[in-house]
Amino acid sequence: MKNAVKQEIMALNGDEAVAYAAKQSDVDVVAAYPITPQTIMVEKFSEYVANGEVETEFVCTESEHSALTACLAASATGARTFTASASAGLALMHEILFVTSGCRAPVVMAIANRALSAPLNIHGDHSDTMTERDSGWIQIYVENAQEAYDSVIQAFRIAENLQVLLPVIVGLDGFTLSHTLENVSVLSDEIVKKFVGVRQFLKVMTHEGKMVPFKLDPENPMTMGPVALQNYYFEFKRQQEEGMKNALKIIQEVHDEYARETGRTYGNGIVDAYRLEDAEIAIACIGSTAGTIKTVVDDLRAEGVKAGLLRIRTFRPLPTEEIAEALGNVKAVAVMDKSMSFGGNGGPVYHEVRHALYDTNKHPYTLNYIYGLGGRDISPTQIRAIYGDLQKTLQAKRVENPINYVGLRD
Amino acid sequence: MQTEWKFTAKDIAEKPELFMSGHRACAGCGPAVVMRLIMKAVRGPTIVTNATGCMEVASSIYPYTSWATPWLHTAFENVAANASGIDAALKILKKKKRIKQEQVDIIAIAGDGGTYDIGIQALSGAVERGHDFLYILYDNEAYMNTGIQRSGGTPLGASTTTSPAGKVLPGKLEQKKPIADIMVAHDMPYVATASLYYWRDLITKVRKGIEVNGPAFLHVFAPCPRGWRSDPAKSVELSRLAVETCIFPLWEASNGVYQLSTLSKIYALNPQKKKPVKEYLQTQGRFRHLFTPQFEKVADEIQRVTDERWQRVLKKCGM
Repeated sequence: MKNAVKQEIMALNGDEAVAYAAKQSDVDVVAAYPITPQTIMVEKFSEYVANGEVETEFVCTESEHSALTACLAASATGARTFTASASAGLALMHEILFVTSGCRAPVVMAIANRALSAPLNIHGDHSDTMTERDSGWIQIYVENAQEAYDSVIQAFRIAENLQVLLPVIVGLDGFTLSHTLENVSVLSDEIVKKFVGVRQFLKVMTHEGKMVPFKLDPENPMTMGPVALQNYYFEFKRQQEEGMKNALKIIQEVHDEYARETGRTYGNGIVDAYRLEDAEIAIACIGSTAGTIKTVVDDLRAEGVKAGLLRIRTFRPLPTEEIAEALGNVKAVAVMDKSMSFGGNGGPVYHEVRHALYDTNKHPYTLNYIYGLGGRDISPTQIRAIYGDLQKTLQAKRVENPINYVGLRD
Repeated sequence: MQTEWKFTAKDIAEKPELFMSGHRACAGCGPAVVMRLIMKAVRGPTIVTNATGCMEVASSIYPYTSWATPWLHTAFENVAANASGIDAALKILKKKKRIKQEQVDIIAIAGDGGTYDIGIQALSGAVERGHDFLYILYDNEAYMNTGIQRSGGTPLGASTTTSPAGKVLPGKLEQKKPIADIMVAHDMPYVATASLYYWRDLITKVRKGIEVNGPAFLHVFAPCPRGWRSDPAKSVELSRLAVETCIFPLWEASNGVYQLSTLSKIYALNPQKKKPVKEYLQTQGRFRHLFTPQFEKVADEIQRVTDERWQRVLKKCGM
């Protein structure tokens, strides 16, 4: 893009890119606990603190449960907060994930996606965040370290938007992105600080009819996190859903505004279509695998195969209309899942893409490919074979095997 | 530390109520009186954070609240982590001049379940990190909010719904965990025990805990007539009996140095005034079975352990 501001290129891995973005985003409180493959984020941020490079209170907690709790409480007190985790750490936070979204605390959390035990495995898959897809957090999955950097900065604006006020997870694939060095274009501190701005507060009405900021404010005492029983609980939850609905629009707006500064776009911010316009067969996926799939699409296109890719960047809120529109004209689609939904007849991304397609008049054939569990690699050859399966499906005019496992030992 | 805050009963009566009436606590609830008293001890702007439990549930049923001060509840096991987050936020927001107040105090409140058991990890972590907050444990000696289940704070021989006295078992088989001593072992600036009956001592200790720099821990004995099967009119008397029998001695420890509080000193200096534990036990239905021939030995054991622990307290206090 022509008007993009001057940027510096740094060699950063995904974790470092996340920490650098948090460093520049005028974060007030970081509370975190180390876990592979997220550790570099916490270590880097600790260095910034030790060198006086950030104006941030860093709380090195005794567990992830306390890390997220401290972020939630700091956020309720009016601070901009950030944390990071993975796998078992996110699972330990599970309870507080719901409390955070329910309290409408705009906490931002980076997750270096990793498999869940047992058996213990430190490598990348999406089991951790997929388990939390109904926790009321916005979920953005990135393709590379550059997008991890960009998305963390955007996440603060999305979370704190008064029409949203929901916490955001930015997911990056463990090791594949968290530990892989890339060239990352970074903005100046001033530009990021200006972009994220100072946190604003929703004004809510007290019982005396006074409008006060929604936070723990000694001048305007407020009871936060109350008990709400059969007579009010439901309304709280319905309001949360409204925040999610608004987020779909805000994520795109923030993405577009950021794109004007940087020249970088990720589709429209919620879905990223690659050579889909006239595609007959397509893969839908999330995360870093999209990069590998793109090269296969290019190869197939060169051979005259009308192949395309849809990367779902925003998984929560689920952009059902955008998915339906992007895949509506495709004749067969393979949906990639890097996690299991045991007994659920396919993985979560597969379920949700099929759900999005139900309301279209044209129903493409859908196949599910579960891959990469516990960090198992997926190769261009395997991806090419998936497109081959889609072609065979079109010829056969029926889906032979709806649920498939990529590179699995027989 | 600052000079001790001097106050009269009139001063306390005239201070605004920050824990207000209209809450849903039971008749004779000890903890509810404790809440009212601790909020009389605040010195200025104060944020309260509550663990899940009786006091949280009874005071915050939407759209009503008993709290006339900023108040936060998030979950059961993490109130000390709430305090950590609030402390971190206040520090940095003050530095960045995004809040007006020079001084905002933090009080974390939890019951025995939220402290002895499920909350001890978060509490230990927050104290180790040195956050500036006062933690108040209101100890009614079981999970009363969920219906009287035993906790690490339930005393030996008490019948609860998960340690019922039966044909072969005499209620809870284990001793009460010495939680305040565990906190002293954290080398924290201030730890104290207090009882509902001695309101002046309680308020003084709350104020000390607030004024001290860094973490402070206050263990408050707070009878529960529902759970203890005691007369709701006698909650305050029971809290006195616990001190008079030396079941619950009153002391404070500043930077690890124990000191017996005046009201327990009476029994150190005049051992003949110390009442037998049976006087306390017989006031409560949860100990009723200890007065049967089958389980009377447990009552003797309670006396023995009480005496042993009392001697240890005296030793620690240099008495």
